[in-house]
Amino acid sequence: MTDWIDIAALDDIPQRGARVVKTRQGCVAVFRTAADEVFALDNTCPHKQGPLAEGIVHGSAVTCPLHNWVISLETGLVQGNDEGQVATYPARVEGGRILLDTTFLQARTAA
Amino acid sequence: MTQNIIVIGAGMASGRALEHLFDAGADVNVTLFNAEPRGNYNRIMLSPVLAGDKTYEEIVTHDAEWYEANGVTCRFGERVASVDRAAKTVTAENGDVLPYDKLIFGTGSNPFMIPLPGHDLDGVIAYRDLEDTELMMAMGPQNKVVVIGGGLLGLEAAAGMAARGVDVTVVHIMGHLMERQLDEAAGYLLRKALVDKGITVLCQANSKEILGHDGKVRALLLDDGTELPCDLLVMAVGIRPNVALAAEAGLAVGKGIHVDDQMVTSDESILAVGECVEHNGAIFGLVAPLYDQAKVAAQTILGEEAAFVQKELSTKLKVTGCDLFSAGDFADAEGREDIVFRDPGRGVYRRLVIEDNVVVGTVMYGDTADSGWFFGLIRDKTDIAEMRDTVIFGPAYQGGAPVDPLAAVAALPRDAEICGCNGICKGTIVDAIEGGAGDLTAVRAVTKASGSCGTCTGLVEQVLAVTLGDDFVLPGAQPICGCTDMTHEDVRRMIKSQELKSMDAVWQECAWKTRDGCHVCRPALNYYLIADWPLEYLDDPQSRFINERKHANIQKDGTFSVVPRMWGGITTPDELRAIADAADKYDVPTVKVTGGQRIDLLGVKGEDLPSIWADLNDAGMVSGHAYSKGLRTVKTCVGTDHCRFGTQDSTGLGIKLEKALWGSWTPHKLKLGVSGCPRNCAEATCKDIGVVCVDSGFQVGIGGAAGMDVREVERLIDVETEEETIVVIKAMTQLYRENAKYLDRIYKWMNKVGLDWIRERIADPAERDALAARFDLSQTVYQKDPWAEHAQKKAAIYRPVANLTLEAAE
Repeated sequence: MTDWIDIAALDDIPQRGARVVKTRQGCVAVFRTAADEVFALDNTCPHKQGPLAEGIVHGSAVTCPLHNWVISLETGLVQGNDEGQVATYPARVEGGRILLDTTFLQARTAA
Repeated sequence: MTQNIIVIGAGMASGRALEHLFDAGADVNVTLFNAEPRGNYNRIMLSPVLAGDKTYEEIVTHDAEWYEANGVTCRFGERVASVDRAAKTVTAENGDVLPYDKLIFGTGSNPFMIPLPGHDLDGVIAYRDLEDTELMMAMGPQNKVVVIGGGLLGLEAAAGMAARGVDVTVVHIMGHLMERQLDEAAGYLLRKALVDKGITVLCQANSKEILGHDGKVRALLLDDGTELPCDLLVMAVGIRPNVALAAEAGLAVGKGIHVDDQMVTSDESILAVGECVEHNGAIFGLVAPLYDQAKVAAQTILGEEAAFVQKELSTKLKVTGCDLFSAGDFADAEGREDIVFRDPGRGVYRRLVIEDNVVVGTVMYGDTADSGWFFGLIRDKTDIAEMRDTVIFGPAYQGGAPVDPLAAVAALPRDAEICGCNGICKGTIVDAIEGGAGDLTAVRAVTKASGSCGTCTGLVEQVLAVTLGDDFVLPGAQPICGCTDMTHEDVRRMIKSQELKSMDAVWQECAWKTRDGCHVCRPALNYYLIADWPLEYLDDPQSRFINERKHANIQKDGTFSVVPRMWGGITTPDELRAIADAADKYDVPTVKVTGGQRIDLLGVKGEDLPSIWADLNDAGMVSGHAYSKGLRTVKTCVGTDHCRFGTQDSTGLGIKLEKALWGSWTPHKLKLGVSGCPRNCAEATCKDIGVVCVDSGFQVGIGGAAGMDVREVERLIDVETEEETIVVIKAMTQLYRENAKYLDRIYKWMNKVGLDWIRERIADPAERDALAARFDLSQTVYQKDPWAEHAQKKAAIYRPVANLTLEAAE
């Protein structure tokens, strides 16, 4: 079951940028690429917990601002020689609004 | 089947053994005990830590992630109480009993403490671990320290503290220093060098008693009645293998734990490596054989055939400014001859000990550049009959023809350490290269060599050249990143010649391989476009690193630090009050004065940034750009206002310069200094651009640095007036902005284009004025306070875009 909710306008996030959404279990970063795709990931780099929303967004990847780990926005997988994965959540754009699936968000407890 | 392995002691040998095991993909389950409350670090680098050349973090060889990634159970700060060989278990201090298939002793050694009366007083320490190092690092110019022991360890301790300004006396019982490694003549030269560093050296000095007061050390008493007052006494007289636990467990023990060529002890399930080991009557204190043992031990566990062989060893002293090398055996004996070269004027001394036309030992002091070659002669037992008359002069004088500079590197043995930070030997690098690592980046990725401080990069490149032979290409011009084949210089030329004024235009015209670049090329392109087209190009915040995008420095925990500008280092009580109020209001945990004479508010939450800036703006302060690749600070001394030596108003000039230059973006950070006289209290001679005021005017120097590289400025030009100085510096900054590669500091750029080229541009009045005019034009756009702009118009982007904490609670 899904439960899409409207969290913001697409234009609230700059192209090649990100903003965070606060949840009870911590922050989720919502990214907007140059092609206006949106992605939602945990706002935490698997390396040293860098805030991914502050990173540089390029293609469909983000570079962590602390130590330049590159993370795929599509899969959450760390690229290149490093290893790790960031949790990803369903996100989509509809009528200029960004929608997130809150059932997934609520399921993201430290299980 | 998974083997249960227990390792006792996290030292350099056991750390290396584990690395070999994991690299070979061994199916093992490892538990690592360490009495010290930490994991493996490079103990031989404690001397550079003491001297302040390195930090502890830089000498850690295995961090928590490494242990986790390899599934090592770490029991740091815990000792092993006993070993039950029959049951094949160890018992931890807390009573836990753990079974093992293989047990590795890496218990190292204990410092030997001379049982002088008073040796148990507070403030009497050995030089063995980080705690000892920290105690020594706490000493300062107000302290006196006595070091007992004039060997390697004692002298490194003494030199490290002397470098911190501590009053150090070395007490040595023998007639000359390092008597096991040096002959008398070299020992004398070493002593002279240490005395020049301000260290007092007493040889043939017998310690009688350590005197205390209230349970704390007060002085050392010698048997001739001399009293040497001290706040700390370091005993560095030697080490003894730590065999207590092994002996209790019933293993065969002599000076050390007995091992065979496979590093197996008298119990076939138990191995030992490192300083706790005795092999064929020898014990070990240097790093190269420890690493060999580690490799053999790993191979033994893996069931591979391997044998440890003792090799010739060499010694170097890690004391800055004392170049000293010793290898082999140089004792007097029947049939031995000496060749000695002495140049007291240059402080150079070389001695070769020869037996049957073979070099068996060498001592070198003052110039050790050829030590690898001489060591090769000893190791390979080369017959030197043919070159006997010139051998002492080194490889450059053999055979007439100039010797290939790579020969010295080629001559290094496999176990010669190349990268001190990570303890990587030549052999490891050669193996990596033969395994396919074809360039510096690949070698770094595979071995970690040259990945830390980078000072050995040249050596690693030489090893590459020697190993690859004709296949080696010295790194040429590198493309900016994987998104393009073009270099920074190519792209800059394209931007200017084709008048490319947007990032899309660059990607299009230069055939970028990716949709919108990456974190490496985008910040560079954004800078180039701003520098070349200040009026036409629109800055792209999304192509800036977070520090510049949010105008504050990101810290390791994701908070930020904020630095208001203090023009020329001058502030007022009102500004200080405003800063203190802001620190209180926003719960700033740390308030720090920076090296550039500004105040840093560390630990500000990202959401609070716009409001703390608004408060600071209200008090009249603007952003200090401490985060930017742009003008950061102009450091000053007090000049003529208060100083009796100041020749010009250096503070005033610093303020004028900062007001003229602030807000400008540059290829890398830009720091200036203005000193009012050659005493140089503002340290202007290690800044990117430095001004030293003298009676006749102003000396402008460029290309200083005090970061990864430490460099003194080179003199660019002397001018007579303040106005000229400001124009020269604007022109200089603009020349750098228009020509340097992104992330090249001035000194790096200067090394590429040459100081003469820069000087010609700046000395030509027409060119100088044109450059300064272009600088001023750019400032009309970019000299603005980003804090005010963001606090007023962009505060929203610092806040979460949505808050679901309430919804989730329902």
